[in-house]
Amino acid sequence: MYRYDEHDHALVQDRVAQFRRQVERRMAGEITEEQFRPLRLMNGLYLQLHAYMLRVAIPYGTLDSRQMRKLAYIGRRYDKGYGHFTTRQNLQYNWPKLEETPDILAELAEVEMHAIQTSGNCIRNVTSDQYAGAAKGEIEDPRIWCEIARQWSTLHPEFSFLPRKFKIAITGCEKDRAAVKVHDIGMIMKRDEAGEVGFEVIVGGGLGRTPFIGKTIREFLPKEHFLSYLEAILRVYNQLGRRDNKYKARIKVTLHETGVEEFTRLVEEEWAEIKDSTLKLPKEEVDRIAAHFSSPPFRVLGEEARVAEARCAEDAGFAAWRRHNIAEHKASGYGIANISLKPVGEPPGDATSDQMDLMADLADEFSFGELRVTHTQNIVLPHVELDRLPELYDKLAEAGLASPNIGLLSDIICCPGLDYCALANARSIPIATQLAERYTQERQEEVGELQIKISGCINACGHHHVGHIGILGVDRRGEEHYQIQIGGSASEDAALGKILGRGFSADQVVDVVDKIIDTYLELREDGEEFIDTFRRLGNDPFKERVYGTD
Amino acid sequence: MALIERREGGAAAIDDRFERVEDEVALPASGGVIVSLARFEAEREALLAREGDVGVWLASNEPPKALADVLDRLAVVACDFPAFSDGRAFSYARLLRERYDYKGEIRAIGDVLLEQIPFMVRSGFNTFEIDDPTALDEFRAVCDEVRVVYQPTGDGQTTALQRRLGQHRAP
Amino acid sequence: MAQIVIASRLGDGRVVFLAKGSTAGEVVWAALIADSAVAADDAAAGELLSIGEVDANARHLIVDPYLIDVEGDGETLRPTKYREVIRCLGPTIRLDLGKQAEGAEA
Repeated sequence: MYRYDEHDHALVQDRVAQFRRQVERRMAGEITEEQFRPLRLMNGLYLQLHAYMLRVAIPYGTLDSRQMRKLAYIGRRYDKGYGHFTTRQNLQYNWPKLEETPDILAELAEVEMHAIQTSGNCIRNVTSDQYAGAAKGEIEDPRIWCEIARQWSTLHPEFSFLPRKFKIAITGCEKDRAAVKVHDIGMIMKRDEAGEVGFEVIVGGGLGRTPFIGKTIREFLPKEHFLSYLEAILRVYNQLGRRDNKYKARIKVTLHETGVEEFTRLVEEEWAEIKDSTLKLPKEEVDRIAAHFSSPPFRVLGEEARVAEARCAEDAGFAAWRRHNIAEHKASGYGIANISLKPVGEPPGDATSDQMDLMADLADEFSFGELRVTHTQNIVLPHVELDRLPELYDKLAEAGLASPNIGLLSDIICCPGLDYCALANARSIPIATQLAERYTQERQEEVGELQIKISGCINACGHHHVGHIGILGVDRRGEEHYQIQIGGSASEDAALGKILGRGFSADQVVDVVDKIIDTYLELREDGEEFIDTFRRLGNDPFKERVYGTD
Repeated sequence: MALIERREGGAAAIDDRFERVEDEVALPASGGVIVSLARFEAEREALLAREGDVGVWLASNEPPKALADVLDRLAVVACDFPAFSDGRAFSYARLLRERYDYKGEIRAIGDVLLEQIPFMVRSGFNTFEIDDPTALDEFRAVCDEVRVVYQPTGDGQTTALQRRLGQHRAP
Repeated sequence: MAQIVIASRLGDGRVVFLAKGSTAGEVVWAALIADSAVAADDAAAGELLSIGEVDANARHLIVDPYLIDVEGDGETLRPTKYREVIRCLGPTIRLDLGKQAEGAEA
């Protein structure tokens, strides 16, 4: 993974000193809250319901054991012993003090981490496929390009006061685990007819108040033009994006209002002016960055994993974990191990400092010291020898980290909601825990793949629009109320869910989901997952079951 | 209102040699004036012919393309920030410097947040109207806070990439 | 409707309430809702808010003061809006965190 050189270090250290000064001035009353707020947001510090919240950037969801240990330490020393992994592969602390935040940022800087641009109307964390560099069938490791975009976007002088926040995601596989089609810019690595590697460029995806699936504005962008094309898109957006209405300020609205063709024309026109400029990265620099992402020294192993198989035969728990949590690896004899942060009854995506320390140790022991954060709020050990899985499993199980539920209905994406967030209208976490508690492992396996996503407000940080079942919390005359939609998808077959009908109270939600699941189980045909049955039959059978025929 | 000029290695408060004249108000007989884009377009010949330098101020929804053909005759282009969060002028300044090769003064007016100054400088602004005249010290400090830049702009500052490749800006 | 002033402490972001007995000359912020200054009508509420806002700028100890509706009194004083009840107590899914863990009830 990428290692800072002296320049990267200098920037982050200067940034810490700069923020320390800004905090001192604020505490001394030399600058007002109004003047300070944009500064604190540019360093990822929000004021929430109970306390400040600090969002730490985990670039493209990749971190090493040393960094994970630092996150554990910060949780213990400066917070309440836990953190929350988010749908943008970042980490949130819920109880930091403003006066200690410069110290927290200094700690992060020691391990090449920061909280720069995790908030504000600027370019945010560039996210990616959590299996990057490990997945079979990957065109190229997209994280090379995520790192290039990260540096280009960090403290970009022209694009730090955009109409609104800007989110970029890049995947190197056809199978999209990074939800690129619901990002402001999504990029899919591919080959052209000549076999050259480049990017399909998709613009204007997004969730929130007005969800959109992104539109392809360029089928193939050669690598050498990666930065100049990004700059052209941002320059057009910076000038054209609405400034009069916060809810119409994202690029998805700009694209919709301008029209895809005209928008594309504007981008291509701007790009023509700058494509051969200083933004063309020399091969030397691309190679320097790419070298950080070369494969670790995999052992030469056969395909068979007898130890793991033997364990499967005698231990149903391990077998379930093996079946659901382990993804196929490009190297023979290896697997990609998912650590579920969705144990039944706990807030989805949370990890204690002790658990973080353990995962760091396990990364060292089993995965060349590397971990990933997924946008579905789980952790990945990307390179584990299949025959060592039983060992790994036992250690995870001891710490409550071996839930065998990846992709099953209890692997819920859930925002912090009204329990923490100042923007929320309703609580989301209790809905998630109720749902997870309702279904046994056996029942979940019978249901198969089912992505449930829950947001506590229209900002959709829980990605409810693209859940197979999406749940949106609203405020209905002072009461928490929940709208249900079905049929969304965040993958390469991206789609927005359809609202089922009128909403429900908190105590009705689980029964409603149960009815939806029952309907699916009754109507599904050979090998259909939930989303397949929905696509075949549409909303109607589910609406009928939930609301009855009127 | 103080006018601060960013210079090589520092900053200084300078006298404003331009008068910003409202649309309906008569122009002074001589001396530098700054007028709105609308007025400039309506009275262009008269403005260029009169004694004294002329400059134009652009609202945040007025891209500099409108001035592209006449930039070499303008002493100053001022870009307005109606709210500090309205960042369109960063693009306008870069276009003025890098696309249209403008050599004159680019001035930041309106709601200029001190912490934005480094971004403005990198985008091509060289003068700044700031409310608090004692902001000069803060201004200087703010400019030097972050030593490393990643992105190449028209300001010619050596980027991290250039340092990595062993290239430095010609002295 | 009775109202109180709720705010966040600048230094650590924790919830505080404009305390009983606060005047423009001596402003006190309390950690527990039971110690709040309660305004019985809009005029009184406006005054309390004004005290809070002036203090925010003068002593820069708190930020973001605003009025909320309450019912009950003394130990039973509680906000009418659920969101504000959560602010007074802490996250509902972690009863070991927030004011509820420090003895607050609402």
